[in-house]
Amino acid sequence: MAIIAHEAELLKAGAYVDGWWDVFVHFCRRYPLGAIGGAIFAVFVFCAVFADFIAPFDPLQIDASTSLAAPDETMIMGADVMGRDVFSRIIYGARISLAVGVASTLIGGLIGMVIGLMSGYLLGWFDLLMQRLIDMMQALPLLVLALVMAASLGPSLQNTIIAISIPLIPRIARVVRSNTLSLREMPFVEAARAAGMSEIRVAVRHVLPNTLAPLIVLGTAQLGAAILTEAALSFLGLGIPEPYPSWGRMLSESAAEYIRVAPWLVIYPGLAISFAIFGTNLLGDALRDLLDPRQRS
Amino acid sequence: MAGAGERILEVEGLQTYFFTRGGVVKAVDDVSFYLNKGETLGIVGESGCGKSITALSITRLVPDPPGKIIGGSVILDGRNLLGLSEAEMRKVRGNEISMIFQEPMTSLNPVLTIGQQIGEALILHQGMNKAEALARSIEMLALVRIPEPAQRVREYPHQLSGGMRQRAMIAMALSCNPKVLIADEPSTALDVTIQAQILDLIVSLQERLGTAVILITHDLGVIAETVQRVVVMYAGRKVEEAGVEPLFAEPLHPYTHGLLASIPSLEIMRGEGVDRPERLSEIPGMVPVLTNLPPGCLFAPRCRYADDQCTSAYPPYEEKRPNHWAACWHSERLFGAKK
Repeated sequence: MAIIAHEAELLKAGAYVDGWWDVFVHFCRRYPLGAIGGAIFAVFVFCAVFADFIAPFDPLQIDASTSLAAPDETMIMGADVMGRDVFSRIIYGARISLAVGVASTLIGGLIGMVIGLMSGYLLGWFDLLMQRLIDMMQALPLLVLALVMAASLGPSLQNTIIAISIPLIPRIARVVRSNTLSLREMPFVEAARAAGMSEIRVAVRHVLPNTLAPLIVLGTAQLGAAILTEAALSFLGLGIPEPYPSWGRMLSESAAEYIRVAPWLVIYPGLAISFAIFGTNLLGDALRDLLDPRQRS
Repeated sequence: MAGAGERILEVEGLQTYFFTRGGVVKAVDDVSFYLNKGETLGIVGESGCGKSITALSITRLVPDPPGKIIGGSVILDGRNLLGLSEAEMRKVRGNEISMIFQEPMTSLNPVLTIGQQIGEALILHQGMNKAEALARSIEMLALVRIPEPAQRVREYPHQLSGGMRQRAMIAMALSCNPKVLIADEPSTALDVTIQAQILDLIVSLQERLGTAVILITHDLGVIAETVQRVVVMYAGRKVEEAGVEPLFAEPLHPYTHGLLASIPSLEIMRGEGVDRPERLSEIPGMVPVLTNLPPGCLFAPRCRYADDQCTSAYPPYEEKRPNHWAACWHSERLFGAKK
């Protein structure tokens, strides 16, 4: 009896996992919140990818006859002052948010990874210089730095991505550097050198893969921040320019003037932003717990 | 012991110093030894006596800064390794000289499979493709007696026990068929039973592959069972060198004598002190701080035979008996060695 209970406990704790399906089931069972976050994120990605098929209207189609139309069966989330369907715009807005979020996280992550790895591996003057630069960048909050960047670059999709990715660099670089610092002293690094590997090979093949787990976690967490920053920049008129549907822009253009007559113009984009960030943050937290070696048995 | 065999490795007057803020640490000072083809040489000494730095100096892996090889030569098969470029040196490491380290738990990269890690050196040095490297990795794992090698090759280090990991390390080190294998405390971190297995494995593979082995250890028991010749190091210098039997029977340096006397013997444990003291003896004191070495014999402060001569001048390193070298003014007091 005791043995059977023990086996069941082990099974519940995920001691026997093989195959992706088992991993998935185990993840959902152990991290229900993370699974919810993952599901929200999946819906979000689905909307972005299949926006052309989901959205009932053209998000850019202006129609004076439907200006500020209240939600009904054809326009389930109503229409804005130019008569554009809010639901369609939110669906297309997912595409913008995701593109900006993923692209800036990837660019920032990649550059941060290279700087962090070189910094932690080369040390010396390069490390000193980079660390002081990073300190300077970290002194400013993500939004403020992105704001400065966006204001100087001017509003466009590309510039928004750049403006958000640059403030991400120091965060990623810090984590990779500190990991590299401890990894470079590991015996397996010395063993790799003793096996005749070049320094670059040791760094890329032996040190870098060991920093990936924390990097994935950080990247997921930063994705939410990047999406929020994009919304904030667009809200302030520094992000995605008209007429492209950005959630932040949708909020700003309607919030002040129409919130009393057409509250759906504020509620739905606001919900979309909240859900997207809630989802990525839940997923990020679950991944952090999952990949944290201290929580592994 | 094949008498005067062919020299494969010759270390001559090796000096590795560490330039630290506290001063120059003479980690390896004027150390010379040779290694014949197919021979096993033991290097013994306490922690911090320069054994590992000697090994790292041979492969030029001493962390620089602060370490620097400032003198001597390391001749491998007629080539001075200290004169090679870094790129040429990389072709030697893992290919002609391999190393096994002390910690099997952390000497393997946790994110790569065993096969990837063994195969890496094969792809790098032998120009194999992935499939060939995998096949050879499986062969190597079988050679080091890992059961189910075809399955193990796809596993990650955490799925293997400590002994298995050390076997995998040995497989990795021997995969390119090196001329010299340097084993730095290969069995220290393992259970006693596993220790014996690992040493057996090294000895049997050495006989089979003809690799010359330098076995670095602080454990004289390990030395007695596995090597043919022993170099004893103390405070960065070589203090004695002899075949394993003469060294154990009649050590001619008081340090070696002290090391041997500090091994518990069955007689002592049974309380029948034959002609030995009843109590297990130890060497008093500590290895001197290497930045501030005394002028005379470095062992003098801990030596019971030490006199004025010892504290004023470093004893010459001389052949006290045929093929038995030691650096001591008073070797004859130990076992009546004649000059």
